[in-house]
Amino acid sequence: MDLKEETEKHQIERRDFLSWLGGAIACGAATAAATSISSPATAAPQEAAATSRPPAIPGYDWSKHRWAFGVDAEKCIGCLRCVEACKRENNVSPDPHHFRTWVERYVTLQGEETARIDSQADPENIAASTAEGEYRFANRYQDAKVGKAFFVPKLCNHCTHPACVQVCPTGATYKTEDGVVVIDHTYCIGCQYCVQACPYGARFFDERRNVTDKCTWCYHRISKGLQPACVEVCPVGARIFGDLNDKQSPVSRFIQNNRVRVLKPETGNGPNVFYVGLDKDVI
Amino acid sequence: MESLFEASPFTGYVYPNETIIPWTVLIVVYPYLTGLVAGAFTISSLYQVFGFKQLRPVAHFALLISLCCMVTVPLPLLLHLGHPERAFNAMITPHATSAFAIFGYAAAFYVILLTLETWFVFRPHMVHQAQQRTGLLGWYYRILSLGSSDLSENAMRYDRKWLFALAIIGIPGAHGLHGYVGFVFGSVKSREWWSSDLMPVIFLFSAIISGTALVIVLYVLSCKLRKVPVDLSCLKVMAYSLWGFMMFTLLLEGVEFASLVYRGREGIDVIMQFVEGPLVVPFFILQFGIGSALPLAVITFLIWRGSSGTALLVGITGSAILVLLAVLMMRYNVVIGGQEISKTARGLIAYHPPIFGREGLLAAAIVLVIPMVLLLVMVRLFPPWEEAAA
Repeated sequence: MDLKEETEKHQIERRDFLSWLGGAIACGAATAAATSISSPATAAPQEAAATSRPPAIPGYDWSKHRWAFGVDAEKCIGCLRCVEACKRENNVSPDPHHFRTWVERYVTLQGEETARIDSQADPENIAASTAEGEYRFANRYQDAKVGKAFFVPKLCNHCTHPACVQVCPTGATYKTEDGVVVIDHTYCIGCQYCVQACPYGARFFDERRNVTDKCTWCYHRISKGLQPACVEVCPVGARIFGDLNDKQSPVSRFIQNNRVRVLKPETGNGPNVFYVGLDKDVI
Repeated sequence: MESLFEASPFTGYVYPNETIIPWTVLIVVYPYLTGLVAGAFTISSLYQVFGFKQLRPVAHFALLISLCCMVTVPLPLLLHLGHPERAFNAMITPHATSAFAIFGYAAAFYVILLTLETWFVFRPHMVHQAQQRTGLLGWYYRILSLGSSDLSENAMRYDRKWLFALAIIGIPGAHGLHGYVGFVFGSVKSREWWSSDLMPVIFLFSAIISGTALVIVLYVLSCKLRKVPVDLSCLKVMAYSLWGFMMFTLLLEGVEFASLVYRGREGIDVIMQFVEGPLVVPFFILQFGIGSALPLAVITFLIWRGSSGTALLVGITGSAILVLLAVLMMRYNVVIGGQEISKTARGLIAYHPPIFGREGLLAAAIVLVIPMVLLLVMVRLFPPWEEAAA
């Protein structure tokens, strides 16, 4: 998928800026004239105003969906097909420093109290991989006495109150009506404030295009009735995706039937990736 | 792809995307420059608004320093942006919830204010030059004087009124601008190292000391270059201000660090590991030891002994140079340090800035030299010295 195509796919009609512009300038000037420290106080609502117009996707009504993601960490086997599929589907740089999704391995050895953590991007795991863009977990605990071990897939949490959207100075990243946090790559200035603000490390800077990038839950797929690439390829059903508006969707049932939790709820971001099978060490 | 980015090594566990530091030395230079702006403006305001007569020799010079630094402030930001050509997006469609969206307006407002104040300060000079000079420079001053050549007592009184008003607005303007820069960092809740209510205040006070130190150094340097004696009483007032503000800054930094450690929230282990390891040289030795404790001791000694003459001159200037280093290191330790502590609270990233390249040390150094070059031109066009005014 080339860049233009991808941009078109992700492009969602932008807000009606002009009507807003006058007020914004007046607000900006007034704030500047007073002490600038007080400026964020005027910025109470955290959701971006960029979502007034639905995307131009034939047959898709974004007001009818509320997407959510589930992860069953009990099932994950760390095969990393999701990571590889995501990179290919979304044209993510194949190197081990740019990921829209990744998998963490938590291993507590016998006699130890805290888990040893690594991901597929760990240099030792990269060394064990066969080629660039292919990922493996090196069998580094082969001779150790493992007490407990499990995998945790990670991705953007598409938060209800996304800190990344809050800090974006241009509104290039915004939350869609159907609950997905996306980036307008044609409008992003590449300041990376959002990369700083995300507590999950889900965002990265794409040096090829000089813009920020992140997981979109494969918006180009889900808006056509398909599953995100990572969900599609998972051989064990550890990744669950669906519509919360549909009480019978896989994700609705997953949340209904399990005691789920989210990552870092204390940030107040309201993450929308729901986990089963986490442990105290999971960060 | 490797050449497009520089990944940093890490220890412990860090999120895979964290291995590339988002904000580099250019973002260290950015708050440093805005700090110098606020600090130099403080010195100028102490004379213009608060009537510190001893500061008269440097008041106008400090204003020029402030202006030269301020017009350079956007440069490190633009150099850092992935799409600098889209920078105005933040001004055309500012995203109201972003702590950074208003920066363009705040900065533009402040540049205008500084330019206006400079214009009023140097209006008599412009008028004189416009009347005396011919040729290109004559035209330059004639255009700058905006057709007004009235230097009567009445007009000057009017000018003074404007200057006073501008200087008063400039105080919250300059300090608000820099406090705001502190807020840009302090409001990032994902980074324990930044996320502090004290951050804007600490930024502000360190700004004042860096600006004061810069005025001291450049004033002494300018006197040596012009071969005129340094006004020691003026220097002493600046040294006193430096001492006072430094005490306050150190206290605030101490309080902030103490509460961070005392609260001991999740991640404190890795923060302590950071403090006791990679932070020893840049923080304890450079920022605190050589940059803060030493100059504070020297200035205290000079005040206590009632030193004068060469000892006072060398002592204060040397201390001011060290303070400039300390504040630069403070910016580095905040901006880079905050990113070296992983959001996982389980690992550390070791960033080593490259020398060359758009985000390298050389580029940052050039950005810091630019206001000095501008200043060199400005003092020729608008001599801020006493004897020139006389």
